[in-house]
Amino acid sequence: MKMQKKRYVLKFPPQSGDQPFSYHLVKDFDIRINILRAEVWPGKTGSLVLELEGTTTNLKNGIAYLQENQVSCEPLNKKITWDHVRCISCGNCTAVCFAGALQLDPEKWELQFDPEKCIVCELCVPACPLNLFKIDFRE
Amino acid sequence: MGIQKTYEEINEKIRRGEAVVLTAEEVSQMALTCSPEEIAERVDVVTTATFGAMCSSGAIVNFGHASPPIRMEKIRLNGVPAYEGLAAVDTYIGATACDSENPKYGGAHVIQDLVDGKDIELEAWGKGTDCYPRKHIKTIINKETVNEMILFNPRNAYQNYNVAVNSTSQMKYTYMGNLLPNMRNATYSTSGELSPLLNDPEMKTIGIGTRIFLGGTQGFVVWPGTQFNTSKPKNEHGVPMSNSATLAVMGNLKEMSSEFLQAAYYEKYGVSLFVGIGIPIPVLNADIAKCVSIRNDQIQTTVLDYGVEGTPMLGRVTYAELRSGEIEVQGKKIRTAPVSSLSKARKIAEILKQSILAGEFEISKPVQMFPTNTSLKSLKETKGGDAK
Repeated sequence: MKMQKKRYVLKFPPQSGDQPFSYHLVKDFDIRINILRAEVWPGKTGSLVLELEGTTTNLKNGIAYLQENQVSCEPLNKKITWDHVRCISCGNCTAVCFAGALQLDPEKWELQFDPEKCIVCELCVPACPLNLFKIDFRE
Repeated sequence: MGIQKTYEEINEKIRRGEAVVLTAEEVSQMALTCSPEEIAERVDVVTTATFGAMCSSGAIVNFGHASPPIRMEKIRLNGVPAYEGLAAVDTYIGATACDSENPKYGGAHVIQDLVDGKDIELEAWGKGTDCYPRKHIKTIINKETVNEMILFNPRNAYQNYNVAVNSTSQMKYTYMGNLLPNMRNATYSTSGELSPLLNDPEMKTIGIGTRIFLGGTQGFVVWPGTQFNTSKPKNEHGVPMSNSATLAVMGNLKEMSSEFLQAAYYEKYGVSLFVGIGIPIPVLNADIAKCVSIRNDQIQTTVLDYGVEGTPMLGRVTYAELRSGEIEVQGKKIRTAPVSSLSKARKIAEILKQSILAGEFEISKPVQMFPTNTSLKSLKETKGGDAK
């Protein structure tokens, strides 16, 4: 079976804090999870940035399981927007992007964003002198 | 004695559509297989360019007189303070000016909004005089309503610039970008072998009166820039190894475009303006052909520690190393990133090349050359700050 690896942003409703979702993802759906970022506020919403690795079927079923339990699960690249039309490719964001998601193409020296490498550290947001990055992590 | 061309001969070729024009990157490639003499024979003009944040920039604006008139003694443009000491309705808005209440919108943003034709709120106050009775005005101005708006940048296009690193354990927020702790990144600024003053290190063709590409239109070099310094150490290729000469430039802001004039805000530093500058270098002889053939591996710059007071020097690297993505400083490998746009600089060099080829842009012989023996003074503090 072909394995897939993809990054997701999960959002938990306030009443879900006591449920071991990650345990079920591993145990029931055989998904390897890598927690990239977590914000959990008891009684309020929580959010997780996860890298999920598993077979296509298992990933699909695991995500369906989360959604059945009112946990929203969206691909990470939909949560990060970068206004590439206004981007001048100065390189300031690449200086702080230690994950290597933001890089200048070594031929054309234009900015490239690879969401699969992003760990949502958010350092690019203040580093951009034109304020072109928007990360919708908490909403 | 090899080939020697005059400015007028090259302009004649430009007018006839026969001039051979290359960008500085193209001529550096050509130099791998051609001698300076051959390049001087075949190439007439080499275009250089840069697109970086240049803090020492600003614009002169004349608002026109209102009725009744006011002698503007305090001026705000979209809340940003502009200089009030230039007659009644002239001002100078500096790129880095801002109101501390709204630090992310500054003079550079006002300049960009003016260029884009947006409306700007002008508010001004005066004490009221017999000839200028009015004490207050609040109105809307834009590109069309003002008499003149002239970009006048006292210090642009630095000849080389240092590399910034940070050896401390805290993030440093600088005009060279956000510097990660423990030297985990290094930032550099010039366009290397494409950079204007690195292609004419002794400024044999660039001087007062040189016609240039500025912010999307034709502008001029009007003076040596402030902090103009010709006494920095040079390498074996005659290129200074740290920031040295600079240019003061001027041009009609009404004709410029925000594609080549872009406001910027640096976290915990402030506002600055990205300025697009392109300079044509006439290949008058083999000596100049050799200068414009300089390559990134032949240009060195100095690595400075921005985390430590006095920014001590940590080493020297070439632009070829900087562009490779990693440099080695004091035995440590450091990831590099530029903070000025090479893709935009290339675009400017290409636009300039095309406009010379089309006969729309002629080269100009400087009216006066720059001084050759300047150094830099630092600011001394007198005891108690009192004048004697």
